[in-house]
Amino acid sequence: MALYRAHVIVSIDSFSILKGAIEVKDTLIDKLKKYKLDQEVKVLEMSTLGQIKDVPVILIYPEKVVYAPVKVEDIDEIVEEHLLKGRVVKRLIKELPWLPKKPKLEEARIVLSNAGLIDPELIEEYIANDGYVALGKVVKEMKPDEVLEVIENSNLLGRGGAAFPTGLKWKFTRKAKGEPKYIIANADESEPGTFKDRLILEGDPHRIIEAMVIAGFAVGSHIGYIYIRGEYALVIERIKNAINQAHNMGFLGENIFGSDFNFEIKIHKGAGAYVCGEETALIESIEGKRGEPRTRPPYPPTYGLWGKPTVVNNVETFANVPPIIRNGPDWFKRFGTERCSGTKVYTILGNINNKGLIEVPMGISLRDVINIYGDGIPGDKKFKLAQTGGTSGSIIPESMLDVPMDYASMMEAGAALGSGALLICDETNCIVDLLKPLTHFFNYESCGKCVPCRVGTTKIYKIIERISRGGGLNTDISMLEDISKTMAATSLCGLGQAAAVPVLSAIKHFRGEIETHIFDKICPLGVCKI
Amino acid sequence: MPKIKSLEELRKLREETIKSMRVRKSTSTKITVGMGTCGIAAGAREVMHAILDELEKRKIDANVITVGCIGLCAEEPLVTIERGGQPGITYGKINVEKVPKLIEEHLIKGDIIDEWVISRG
Ligand SMILES: Cc1cc2nc3c(=O)[nH]c(=O)nc-3n(C[C@H](O)[C@H](O)[C@H](O)COP(=O)(O)O)c2cc1C
Ligand code: SF4
Repeated sequence: MALYRAHVIVSIDSFSILKGAIEVKDTLIDKLKKYKLDQEVKVLEMSTLGQIKDVPVILIYPEKVVYAPVKVEDIDEIVEEHLLKGRVVKRLIKELPWLPKKPKLEEARIVLSNAGLIDPELIEEYIANDGYVALGKVVKEMKPDEVLEVIENSNLLGRGGAAFPTGLKWKFTRKAKGEPKYIIANADESEPGTFKDRLILEGDPHRIIEAMVIAGFAVGSHIGYIYIRGEYALVIERIKNAINQAHNMGFLGENIFGSDFNFEIKIHKGAGAYVCGEETALIESIEGKRGEPRTRPPYPPTYGLWGKPTVVNNVETFANVPPIIRNGPDWFKRFGTERCSGTKVYTILGNINNKGLIEVPMGISLRDVINIYGDGIPGDKKFKLAQTGGTSGSIIPESMLDVPMDYASMMEAGAALGSGALLICDETNCIVDLLKPLTHFFNYESCGKCVPCRVGTTKIYKIIERISRGGGLNTDISMLEDISKTMAATSLCGLGQAAAVPVLSAIKHFRGEIETHIFDKICPLGVCKI
Repeated sequence: MPKIKSLEELRKLREETIKSMRVRKSTSTKITVGMGTCGIAAGAREVMHAILDELEKRKIDANVITVGCIGLCAEEPLVTIERGGQPGITYGKINVEKVPKLIEEHLIKGDIIDEWVISRG
């Protein structure tokens, strides 16, 4: 392999592509050829490290200079000045605000350890970063039960929202009767404001493939599905490419690593319904039926795809598996809190300086996430509330900012971590105005299979909508509470159960503000048009 | 590409790939080539290619960096070698023929070629 003096990395991810990253890359390659630099400077693609505002990003090694945002017009200067003459283009330099200010975060990159650092289109780069070592170890040196043991001892909890122990789920599936068994990676990611799975898959697709094959070996399955949200065109392309490469090298298909273990992965594209992220609706959808949740029990580990034992795990959950196998469960338990090991990937959005993706150890407080990793709230505005876990997450006021963010502590505090979306709102946001799109979302996405959710989501939206117009009734708050509690208790799936959460937590923490809308017909912040 | 059948084969492939990704890892050796208009005219680009070839041939870990003119145009091409955090040694009038000897003496034997040096530190 030829030695290059410089590697130029162009961010090619969905955000960057929208802002012209492909054109930037093509122009760069043309210019390098023109100056005959193409033999000494190598151009690579990478997904971002998580920053989404100033894209595309160009990162030049060995100097580690970052230029962002880069336009096609800037390429001449970058090539002539930096790559030809070695003079940094100061005008375009970007400090890496999304990189850790605390050295702690660097160590905490487990899931995103490769994202933004390797070229996701090249299997060799994954291999250079210990890729497929875990798979080799598993099929060559371990028994399925030993793999199950390692995953169980690591305390890995599902990262898709429900925080179910992954080791236990795999064990149930292994023990369940029925052949064949299936492994499904849930990459539907339809939760508004969440895009962590997309960036994991765009930046490091081989990691998920490796993890799925390991899961297959552990539970005795030979076939896996990746259920990818249909809009994720780049993810689908990269996963297809990664599947081909893994096949060619013997990490997928027949006789993996020269053993007698076989495993295949198929891609299934989702069609955009939120509820299809729910595991049983997802299974129905793969079977070609309407994506409606099943009545449970039985759960997928005993009765899943085509009625057979099935593991469904979130992408981020899978992403933790290869490093756990390589480094052992005790290594994994060093991160996070006693009850929740490892890290969590969050997408931070809203009124925050550094919007994007971060990975921090379980147990970091929301206050630290906002101030240290998110670099605070823009302007001189004060924090008002955060919503954790996407649309179906709880609303968190100032007084709860210091709760350690892990699944157990958040639950005790009456909140939920959910999928890891963090929406930060400053003092200019009105609670009723915030609830309006949320409740509308649930009303729209309810699949209609069960009454409490079908009727409840409609009623709730209507009530919130009339409060925001100044038409709220004196009984509206107690009505909202009644409906929400009924939905939480009796809905068939998590959609209806979770739809109650933002409403109930908003009433709990911001009752006064809602009452002013109803009784005084005033929006204290002047947001709602009354 | 042949299929990987053992962890040993995987490790070998891994080592090979790491080599080609070396440029992204910081090494303790930094070689800087002056690449101003004057340097390029004096043959700095060819010198840099020769350095890259030599590093590859001799399996030496080093980062090669280009910089602009530092104002010693008469001495171009200029090559500065810094090792292990020590102050750099700058050599002047380096040409393609001199590169193998430069790498051999300075990087392999650890001897500075005094008569080529134009500045230290
Ligand atoms: C309405 C609804 C939407 C969901 N959407 C997703 C999703 O997009 N991605 C996901 O991984 N899990 C989603 N889940 C959770 C899944 O049902 C399931 O718990 C998860 O995929 C299990 O993986 P884990 O154990 O690795 O977390 C959703 C659940 C509900 C109720
Ligand atoms: S809770 Fe809502 S989304 Fe879930 S099954 Fe019932 S109607 Fe469908």
